[in-house]
Amino acid sequence: MTYVFDFSWLGEYMPVLLKGIGITLQLIAVGAVLGISLGIACAWARALGPKWLGGIVAVYVELIRNTPFLIQLFFIFFGLPSLGLQLGELTAANIAMVVNLGAYSCEIVRAGIQATPRGQFEAGASLAMSPFETFWHVVLVPALQRIWPALSSQVVIVMLGSAVVSQIAAEDLTFAANFIQSRNFRAFETYIVSTLIYLALAILLRQLLRGVGWTLFPKRATR
Amino acid sequence: MSLIAITEVKKRFGDNEVLKGINIDVDPGEVIAIIGKSGSGKSTLLRCINGLESIDDGSILVAGAQLLPDELHLKALRLKVGMIFQQFNLFPHLSAGRNVMLSQMVVKKTPKAEAEVMARKMLDRVGLLHKFDAYPDQLSGGQQQRVAIARALAMQPIALLCDEITSALDPELVNEVLAVVKELAAEGMTLMMVTHEMRFARDVCSRVVFMHQGRVHEIGPPGEVFGNPKTPELKQFLGVH
Amino acid sequence: MMEFSTWDILRNLLLAARWTVLLSLVSFIGGGLVGLLILFMRIGKLKAGRIFARGYIELFQGTPLLMQLFLAFFGLGLFGINVPAWLAAGLALILWTASFLAEIWRGCVEAVAKGQWEASSSLGMGYVQQMRWVILPQALKVAVPPTVGFSVQVVKGTALTSIIGFVELSKAGTMVTNATFLPFTVYGFVALIYFALCWPLSKSSQILERKLNVAHRNH
Repeated sequence: MTYVFDFSWLGEYMPVLLKGIGITLQLIAVGAVLGISLGIACAWARALGPKWLGGIVAVYVELIRNTPFLIQLFFIFFGLPSLGLQLGELTAANIAMVVNLGAYSCEIVRAGIQATPRGQFEAGASLAMSPFETFWHVVLVPALQRIWPALSSQVVIVMLGSAVVSQIAAEDLTFAANFIQSRNFRAFETYIVSTLIYLALAILLRQLLRGVGWTLFPKRATR
Repeated sequence: MSLIAITEVKKRFGDNEVLKGINIDVDPGEVIAIIGKSGSGKSTLLRCINGLESIDDGSILVAGAQLLPDELHLKALRLKVGMIFQQFNLFPHLSAGRNVMLSQMVVKKTPKAEAEVMARKMLDRVGLLHKFDAYPDQLSGGQQQRVAIARALAMQPIALLCDEITSALDPELVNEVLAVVKELAAEGMTLMMVTHEMRFARDVCSRVVFMHQGRVHEIGPPGEVFGNPKTPELKQFLGVH
Repeated sequence: MMEFSTWDILRNLLLAARWTVLLSLVSFIGGGLVGLLILFMRIGKLKAGRIFARGYIELFQGTPLLMQLFLAFFGLGLFGINVPAWLAAGLALILWTASFLAEIWRGCVEAVAKGQWEASSSLGMGYVQQMRWVILPQALKVAVPPTVGFSVQVVKGTALTSIIGFVELSKAGTMVTNATFLPFTVYGFVALIYFALCWPLSKSSQILERKLNVAHRNH
């Protein structure tokens, strides 16, 4: 094989790459904050909420966890307009990521809630707190602390999964790579560079989430 | 010649020196009880003799062979010295009989039929022949520990190390295990046991070692150690004033 | 233009779903074999093997599967052959699956109690004997539920191979959509077929997990 690697295009296309990185970061930031919030709400509904609501959430969670993200994305972007709901690429990508991470974090947070010692609920009740107050003030924070590592991994997985939003022309990092390789005819090099950028983003995101964990849960005892 | 010769053995975990130069010689057929507070290094000493921990200094000789930390020497040593653990550590996926057969077959390459005969003999010796096909989770703690003893005996060791073998047992199950050990002692097996059973140590052992802060603080026949403790630390440990 | 009935749509999708199933099986079995290799490097005694396995796992778990597919597709192309999509798809999915299975199984090996290593050591067993007779049989039991659970990720992962042109369920969905202009119906069906493939796997993983936990509590 006499293939000569060529990375001389990097300088010229750096702005395109940076813009793509920016969109990918924006997607995961929105996706993580809203997705985890949705997940907490759903976890409450499934673990402690009214039965009918828990049932609806269970269907949502099972549907999302057992279908590919790509199809969820296509359904939202191509399918919903026929119901009269026209969405921009970025909005559709954002919604798909929130809905996806929401389902996964629901299950993760629920496991954290279910690992709460029974006595915590009883102690809350004995102090005249309502079930929701007990959940919010007593149960939630230790539960989140318990499952923070699993939740962090899931956020990284969703970030890496976001590469497919390029398929609905949302201009993320993968979209940028596709664009560049169509111009420089150096597909292999281009995807090596974008893959390494994703790897760096994944490592940074993991560190960032660990830092967030330390800030949110400073030295409380986990059980 | 002594069967187990422990000379100036030192062991540290990080900055913490757990054994600070231990010297003990054990003769064939002796039954040694090692007593002392938790953290005095008594379990670590036993684990060093079986090569589960490597030593930092000194030497351990078993039947004249030096303990060296490579797989070949360790294997040779472990064929001579069996070990019984506080938590039994039976293999949960194998029946009692298979537990006793496994190492004979894979380590000593004993044919299966022969290993089974040996397993039945050893289980019979600890009074559990009828449990040959039972799995560990179907046995009581005391029965599990007796199977563990049978498993070690099947390798025909010249000495047994017992690391707090009754500490994880409910009180009513302690005696069935001690009875087995007592029988082994009577048959002439060399035993080194870390134990909290003072009455047993007094009745059965030939010598008692009192360990304190990583050293052998007192050593002697049980009558002497229990009846006439010399150091204040031992007096305090035994609760005599 | 040809008229598509609902049955036509569904039939076309189901025919394409065979390729999803086949690719999933190949990826899972191939990934399992490569994963075993990576596992033994990861927990083995050779330092170089451990470092390689860690790097491998980090690389394949830390980058998008889509990028791995692109690299397989264009990377194989560098050898001058015209790469069929199925080859790139299979290769990338096998390597990706291997990284996850190796890590899942490592967790199972490490979950075996330390006392099992000590007891088998004290009986004179060497590393390979301990692995073969004591550790792996126990790890295997714990490994079944998460392994079945991960197969769901493999099935879903095959959807991405549509992007490099492998015609399976997702690609068929796009093609049928382009012919019918019924994205809501078509992608709805596509999602339901994936669900029908994945949900039984998810459910059995959960049931196996629960059984295992009950069995453990008896100890």
